[in-house]
Amino acid sequence: MVTPGKTSGTLRFMTCVAAAMIMSLTACSKEGEKATAPASQKYVIQNTGSDTMVNLVQSWAERYAQLVPTVSVEVSGGGSGTGIAALINGTVDIANCSRQMEPAEIQKATQNTGKDPQKFVVGYDALAVYVHKDNPLDAISIDQLAEIYGEGGKYDKWSQLGVANKACDSDEIIRVSRQSNSGTYHYFREALLGNARDFRLGSRDLHGSKDVVELVGRTPCAIGYSGMGYASEAVKTLKIARKTGENAYSPNIEATLDGTYPIARPLYMYTLGPPTGEVRKYLEWIYSEAGQTIVKESGYVPVPEADRQAALARLGAAR
Amino acid sequence: MADRRRFEVLGELIIETVIRLCGISAIIFVFGIFFFVFREGSDFLFHQLNFVEFFTSPEWYPTSVSHKRYGVLALMAGTTSVTVLAMLIAVPFGLGAAIYISEFCSPRLKETFKIVIELLAAIPSVVWGFIGLTLMNELIIKLFNAPIGLTVLNGGIILALMSVPVIVSIGEDALKAVPDSYREAAEALGATRWQLTYKVLLPAAKNGLLAAVLLGVARAIGETMAVLMATGHAVKIPTSLLDSVRTLTATIAAELGESPVHSDHYQVLFIIGILLFSITFMVNLTADLIVKGIKNK
Repeated sequence: MVTPGKTSGTLRFMTCVAAAMIMSLTACSKEGEKATAPASQKYVIQNTGSDTMVNLVQSWAERYAQLVPTVSVEVSGGGSGTGIAALINGTVDIANCSRQMEPAEIQKATQNTGKDPQKFVVGYDALAVYVHKDNPLDAISIDQLAEIYGEGGKYDKWSQLGVANKACDSDEIIRVSRQSNSGTYHYFREALLGNARDFRLGSRDLHGSKDVVELVGRTPCAIGYSGMGYASEAVKTLKIARKTGENAYSPNIEATLDGTYPIARPLYMYTLGPPTGEVRKYLEWIYSEAGQTIVKESGYVPVPEADRQAALARLGAAR
Repeated sequence: MADRRRFEVLGELIIETVIRLCGISAIIFVFGIFFFVFREGSDFLFHQLNFVEFFTSPEWYPTSVSHKRYGVLALMAGTTSVTVLAMLIAVPFGLGAAIYISEFCSPRLKETFKIVIELLAAIPSVVWGFIGLTLMNELIIKLFNAPIGLTVLNGGIILALMSVPVIVSIGEDALKAVPDSYREAAEALGATRWQLTYKVLLPAAKNGLLAAVLLGVARAIGETMAVLMATGHAVKIPTSLLDSVRTLTATIAAELGESPVHSDHYQVLFIIGILLFSITFMVNLTADLIVKGIKNK
């Protein structure tokens, strides 16, 4: 009979595919370890982490490659958690994070590698709240966002916010969120709800900063949050107030630095132990005026002058 | 002469060993994977997991600061709803196509169909997911006036399209395996083609067709990338076809990369892996037992 042979053939094929995947996985982790060692011709800096920062870090790497051809910065995203996990395992030189490392994570990294993680604030990101461009809403408050996103929140229709969202027939607020271990998710939850309350289930949890903006741009009923650098033509960036009735501010450089924009956060780079050699030179360049201009060009907020000088002094002291 | 003989014997021995190793390797890999998945999740599974919460709570809060909850009911409901819908669409279409290709169409058309269906099977799942995310999303919003098109319906249709080729090719094999003497006997008795199919071929090939369907089910349950993109990825027990859901596989894909190794969250994701493994294992076992049923007849 033909059928039994076909069945086991399919089974065996599936196991082979699985086996190949496992092999390639182990191969990948080995490569990661090898690459930290200086290559014979080019010095390679491994740089992994935050999805929010990946565009910025990529621009830095590209510009730096033109300036210093002997050093190559290899950038990958995956999320702050991925970067921190790689730092704990000692497989990266610099981990990009849109949140601080937790004490338990720092302890783990020290235990594993024998070096203390060093924190560098390399810029700021204002988290923007986006709606579809046809949505008449202009401003929203943190309280209102908490009632939209929070567990047990009372808003699930646009009309409850006093918004006549004509493009959205069902009037339902479609919450767009991020996967539960992204740095952006953590920060947004903390800013809205503190640590005691969770997000309401049933939000569309997307897997990247850009995906959020894209889905909101396609969906008239949607509201979503993402880095302010990801704004596009199809979405509208809302002004945000701390409390309902107070002044609302747009996410921009001034409002972020003077603290009037309520949901802004520092962007971090972590190294294992005080940076030395090429990694230190790279960080010094990031803190240079040229490096900080790229922060601005990528849609983020550069480090204030005093902090920039302090960071350079700290890097210089490690020399 | 003797030399040549010795060479042949030796060659035969080597080839035999290699082939035997290939056969055994399949078994080793299956058990190796099972062992690995089980080992990663076992600590949490035996010592901390609250089984009642795990299977009955729809609350999936793996990274909550104040109150972590690991309930997979909503995720199982997501997987079930998408799979059931996919099968409701794929089984009639798949079996219908198998019957048509095997019994009704001309030999030349048959070859064309088989090539096209194999082509359908070769489309990568991420491409299906992309179609779901862009094309189907907008189509569903327009047709049903839904607030969002990433729904059970979207995922179900995409999965159906992905499992149809499996059902067609295995179903067609099962029908081909029915001896021609059955067909000749039925036609000699004056049966029409439809009567022949309905009264003779379907009963004769029913085990093989059932196996085809079950393998289609296994394909649908195990699919990850396409459903991750097409279902909206929302933890929710669906009440209509236009609700977004999240499946077990998509949860693993989305969260495993960022959960610290050996943390509770990581281990729970592996327990979901064990759950999925058990489900697909049962489905495949059922399919195999049914196929064995044919042999014994």
